[in-house]
Amino acid sequence: MTGFADHLMIAPVVLPMFAGATMLALGGEQRRNVNAMLNVAATFALVVIAIALLRTADAAPTGVAGVYRLGDWPAPFGIVLVVDRLAAVMLLLTSFLAAAAIVFSLARWHRAGVLFHPLFQFLLMGINGAFLTGDLFNLFVFFEVMLAASYGMALHGSGPARVKAGLQYIVVNLAASLLFLIGVSLIYGVSGTLNMADLAARIPAMHTGDRALLEAGAGVLGIAFLVKAGMWPLGFWLPATYAAAAPPVASIFAILTKVGVYIVLRLYLLLFGDGAGASAQFGGEWILLGGFATVAFGAIGSLASQDMTRLAGFSVLVSSGTVLAAIGMGQVGVTGGALFYLVSSTLGLGAFFLLIELVERGREPGADVLAVTREAYGEVDDLEDSNEVGIAIPATMAILGVAFIGCALVISGLPPLSGFIAKFALLTAALNPPTGAVPNANWAMLPVLILSGLAALIAMTRAGIRAFWASPDRSVPRVRLIEVVPVGALLLLCAIQTIEAGPIMRFMQATAQSLHAPHDYVSGVLGPAAERPKSLMGPT
Amino acid sequence: MELILSLGIGVLAGSGVWLILRPRTFQVIVGLSLLSYAVNLFIIAMGRLRTGAAPILAGREVGDPAHFADPLPQALVLTAIVISFATTALFLVVLLASRGLTGTDHVDGREPEQ
Repeated sequence: MTGFADHLMIAPVVLPMFAGATMLALGGEQRRNVNAMLNVAATFALVVIAIALLRTADAAPTGVAGVYRLGDWPAPFGIVLVVDRLAAVMLLLTSFLAAAAIVFSLARWHRAGVLFHPLFQFLLMGINGAFLTGDLFNLFVFFEVMLAASYGMALHGSGPARVKAGLQYIVVNLAASLLFLIGVSLIYGVSGTLNMADLAARIPAMHTGDRALLEAGAGVLGIAFLVKAGMWPLGFWLPATYAAAAPPVASIFAILTKVGVYIVLRLYLLLFGDGAGASAQFGGEWILLGGFATVAFGAIGSLASQDMTRLAGFSVLVSSGTVLAAIGMGQVGVTGGALFYLVSSTLGLGAFFLLIELVERGREPGADVLAVTREAYGEVDDLEDSNEVGIAIPATMAILGVAFIGCALVISGLPPLSGFIAKFALLTAALNPPTGAVPNANWAMLPVLILSGLAALIAMTRAGIRAFWASPDRSVPRVRLIEVVPVGALLLLCAIQTIEAGPIMRFMQATAQSLHAPHDYVSGVLGPAAERPKSLMGPT
Repeated sequence: MELILSLGIGVLAGSGVWLILRPRTFQVIVGLSLLSYAVNLFIIAMGRLRTGAAPILAGREVGDPAHFADPLPQALVLTAIVISFATTALFLVVLLASRGLTGTDHVDGREPEQ
């Protein structure tokens, strides 16, 4: 616990905190340019740190890069941060999205409201902390840091639409936080510990009476995370909030639902995996069915949405629903595919949220609604313009169009980009279970994935036709280079994920293996003497 | 004592849930506050109820932990109070902004059609 490499583990939390605090100390709004430079520097430093942590975690034989004990107190008594493969990959994904969003915002959006840069860093601090923590109550604290910053970010730019959506977003999340507290305190009351690894070690030996209370606590806790993940019927707030948020904010919000998904994945497999005795697979069927319902709701919603921001909001729901359903199946191969899908779809959605604003910039507000009305009444919109054949598409529109096609391919899961490989991996794993017989739930995954992909494709094609071909009265949007580059970079990451699919998939499968057999995680946190006396069963 | 505490939590939580489901922002914020009081009491109750027990070891002798109140839920509740206080204050600001921008205190930003 002395070397530089050890302290790198806490850097993803400490660095944004100091960066954000420095920006506030420098005087917030008066020095916006200094703050912007600090923000960019800190965010790109996070990318480097996340890559370093990922390499360490991958090189470690157990997949746990290290356990950071704050104040060097041993695990169940002190607070720990744990870097394993899953945490490292989520950190890297966050830092990529954050880097793209911050560069994009420099063009104009960071001037739309106050304190964008400090809030951005505090948001990153909360997200990174939630990924790293090995302790339920610290998870609550980091979750609240993340939410408090996200309230400010959701309202960035102000205006009636944002304030209305932000108000509802805040109420829903405050209520969910209270459920979170109820769940945490129930679990503490029954088990006497808040450390996740310690909890996992204690659950198999729990009495029947206590077990019911523990499962109730875990259920309440799960609802709090599923609200954040946007599972049907808990996610009605999501499309409105994401559609109203400023584009760079919506882009970084694409990772917020994944924080909920991440915690469900982590806690479900850690606490209620195969080793949990009578509680094994508790709640799995609910996550599975909820995931399917979310995908269906998201797909129908994206078909029905009349503008692109709402379409993107519903695509977020489809993405988190797919991952939830895959988690609910509880099979190693499916989880590995789901992790690949999670990375790919989050990058694609992040790029899409940024791209929408560029495409919409040249159009009058409400153009999409008018287009839908025209379609509904069968009106042909540009009869007079039909003699203008042969006008070349401006270069800006061509670039935006190519980026749009890239986003559509990733989100709907068509070849050749990473979305296809992700869905293919999910389906292959679901239809080839190690036990031989294919359960009904796995068969259900086939139509759900393919139909949701088809719905996404139809919705994206329709939106694309309206935005790029069929609007007679549009001007070419003024787009700056630093706005296109982040979109391109995110799509390039998807392309890299496609080309390097073999190594990345092996990494994801290794991650899934260690998630499904959390023995290394538990002994890594609690020390080698993980076999603790079973009589220590909390306050009685 | 258990009965009074559980009745208190129940009444607070029930009123809180009722108020959260009302359409006016002020009712919602009062409901959220009541709910957070209920949750804070609930956290304390999860550390087992004890009257007159110190939260940490008192004096110099090593005592029996059975004689002391569990300090952890008290630390948790302190954090929870601070966080819910801060978020409630933030929500008040948003509430005022919404009132100013839309001219109504309905949570949807407009009055329902009669």
